[in-house]
Amino acid sequence: MSRPRTLFEKIWDDHVVCQPAGEPALLYIDLHLVHEVTSPQAFEGLRLAGRRVRRPDLTFATVDHNVPTLAAERSIIRDPIAAQQVNALRRNCRDFGVPLFDIDSAEQGIVHVIGPELGLTRPGITLVCGDSHTSTHGAFGALAFGIGTSEVEHVLATQCLRQQRPKTLQVLVRGSLPNGVTAKDLALGIIGSISTDGATGHVIEYAGEAVRALSMEGRMTLCNMSIEAGARAGMVAPDETTFAYLRGRRFAPKGAAWNEAVACWKTLPSDPGAQFDRVVEIDAAALAPAVTWGTSPGMVISVTERVPDPQRFPSEVERSAALRALEYMGLRPGTPIQEVPVNRVFIGSCTNARLEDLRAAARVAKGHKVSSKVIAMVVPGSHAVKQAAEQEKLDQVFREAGFEWRESGCSMCLGMNPDILQPLERCASTSNRNFEGRQGTRGRTHLVSPAMAAAAAIAGHFVDIRSWEYRD
Amino acid sequence: MQAFQLHTGRVAPLNRANVDTDQIIPKQFLKRIERSGYGQFLFYDWRYLADGKPDPSFILNHPRYAGASVLVAGRNFGCGSSREHAPWALQDYGFRAIIAPSFADIFATNCTKNGLLPVVLSDPEVAKLLLNASQFEGYFVTVDLEKREVRDQSGFLAHFEIDDFKRKFLLEGLDDIGLTLQHEPDITAYERGRKTFATPAST
Ligand code: SF4
Repeated sequence: MSRPRTLFEKIWDDHVVCQPAGEPALLYIDLHLVHEVTSPQAFEGLRLAGRRVRRPDLTFATVDHNVPTLAAERSIIRDPIAAQQVNALRRNCRDFGVPLFDIDSAEQGIVHVIGPELGLTRPGITLVCGDSHTSTHGAFGALAFGIGTSEVEHVLATQCLRQQRPKTLQVLVRGSLPNGVTAKDLALGIIGSISTDGATGHVIEYAGEAVRALSMEGRMTLCNMSIEAGARAGMVAPDETTFAYLRGRRFAPKGAAWNEAVACWKTLPSDPGAQFDRVVEIDAAALAPAVTWGTSPGMVISVTERVPDPQRFPSEVERSAALRALEYMGLRPGTPIQEVPVNRVFIGSCTNARLEDLRAAARVAKGHKVSSKVIAMVVPGSHAVKQAAEQEKLDQVFREAGFEWRESGCSMCLGMNPDILQPLERCASTSNRNFEGRQGTRGRTHLVSPAMAAAAAIAGHFVDIRSWEYRD
Repeated sequence: MQAFQLHTGRVAPLNRANVDTDQIIPKQFLKRIERSGYGQFLFYDWRYLADGKPDPSFILNHPRYAGASVLVAGRNFGCGSSREHAPWALQDYGFRAIIAPSFADIFATNCTKNGLLPVVLSDPEVAKLLLNASQFEGYFVTVDLEKREVRDQSGFLAHFEIDDFKRKFLLEGLDDIGLTLQHEPDITAYERGRKTFATPAST
C-alpha cells in the first residue's frame, strides 16, 4: 500500500502538471473566479502580450466589491471610478469570452458565496481567485487560495500556477461547540490562540468532532478566516454534508458523472496515519462568543471579558501594538466589553452573509427593535441568498426590527462602495477584518458572529448571546 | 518584469508588526485600472491627517528619510488582502526592497512578481537595522541578491534565504508567463487526462 497522505497532498499530487528540475511545481487550476478589483491589469497584460484566456470554460466572473447595495443605485453606479472598473470587467469578459454574472443577474453575489452556491466549487479541485478570502472554498475539500493580479494574469494565460509546496497544519478541534458558540467564534478562537501569522506558509486542515458537526455554511465561515491566521488555504475533508449541499446545484456534476464524482470525492479525506507538518489542538468546549477589541483579528476576547491591559502582554512588540490599537479603537483597559456601545451594525460579507447566518440574526432580531442609537444593515452575500431569505420572510423580520435590508455585495466589509463608517463610528460587524480604516477611514470595527451582531444592534452594546431573550 | 540584482539605498524604519495591505494602500485607491501611479497613496491614512496635510509624526514624512528605497518593518508585513496594489504602491513610491522578520505569503509572492525584493532577516538583525536607521542620519544599506546578503559600511552583514528559482527569476527579470508557456505540451497532456467532473457541468 502507498504511504498515507493528507487531503492536501492528494489534491496537490493530482494537479502537478510537471516539476521542472530546480523549479517549483507547475500546478493545474480547475477553477478561476474573477472580480472587478484585481483583474483589470491582468486582462490588460494579456492584451499587451497578445495572449488569450486559455480556458474560459473554467473561468467565471462577477462584480461584488464595488457595487452599490441600494436597489435604486444598482443600474447606474454613481462613483465614476467604480463604474469604470465594473465596465472594464464587462468589456474584458466580452473580449475574452469569460462568463460574467453581472450586477442584474440572478447569480450575482460575493465571489466566495456564489462559487459554492452554483456548484462551481467542488471537492478535490484547485481553485484560485484574486482575493485572499478564496480560502473559503476549502470548506468543500478543495485546495483554494488567493492570488495577486500578476498570478491572475498567469492563470488566465496558462491555467496553471507555479507553486512552492506549502507545509501542512492540522487544526484538531476536540469536543463540541457550546450553545451560542458558532463557526465564527471558533475561527476567532483559533486565530487568538495561534496568532495572525501562526499558519504562515501552511495549508490548514480543520478536523475533529466540532468541525464534522458544522454545516457547509459554518465550514465556509471557518475556512474563510484561515487567511487571518496567515494560512495559504484552509480545508475540511468532504463528507455526506458536502455531497448533500452540492447535489443538484447548477454546475455540479449530474447523473452518472455525479456518482463517479462522489466515489472519487470519498477517497479524498486524509488517510489514517497521514503526517502533518504541525498539529494544533483546540478544545471546543472552552470557547465562548468572541468579540475583537483591537485592530487585528487576533486581538480577541470572549464576550464575558474585559478590554485587556497592554502592560500585561509579554513582549514589547505586543505591548506597543496593543497600546496603538486601544488608542485607535478609543477603548480603555479593564472596560467590560459588554459596556462598549456601538452605533453601527453590519451583517454581511463572505464570512457571514449566507442563509444560515441571516436566519441566526433574524431569530435574534425577531420581536425586538434596533436601538435608537444604532444604524444596522443586513447585506445578503448573493442575490440567491437574498431571494431565499425573502421567501422565508426574513427581510420582514429585519425590517420590522429596524434593520436596513440591502442588495448583495461586499458592502461595508471593506467599504469600496458607498457603505462606509464615518470617522470614530463603532461597528459590530460579521466581516473578517478589523484593520484600521477597513470599513472607513478612522472607523472602529469589532468582529462578531451574526447573532452577536444582531443582539448588539438591539441592545446598543455588546451582549452575551447565550443569555438572549428570544421572542420566537 | 524589473530585474533585481543589487541595490544600495537609504533605509526607512517602520517599527510596526502586522502592517496590513489595507494600510499600505487603502481601498479607496483600488478602483483604478492601471498598474502605475499608486505611490502617492502609499500608507495614505498614516501619511496624511484628516485635513489632508502630511502627518509630521509618520516616519516617511520625516525629511531625513526622504528618498528612502529600503523599508525595514516588523513581522508579518503585508498581511491581509491579496491586492497587488500594495507592492505597486511601495515600488512606485521608490522602494526596491523590504526587510522584515516575516512576510505574509501572498504579499511576498506579489512583490517578487514585480521585482520588489522581500528580505527575511532575524528579529535581532531587523532590530539592529531599525536602530541604525533611527540613530544615523542618511543610513543606507546594500541589498545584494547575488550574494544573498544585506550589509552596511560599518560592519553590519546579514545573510538571507531565498529559494534558487525565485532568485534566478529576480536576477534575470524573467517573464513568468513565457516561462510557463514553454511547458505548453505538458499542460495540454494534463488537460487530456483531467476528470470530466472537475469541469463545471454546462447547463
Ligand atoms: S466580502 Fe469582504 S472579505 Fe469577502 S470578498 Fe468581499 S471585500 Fe473581500
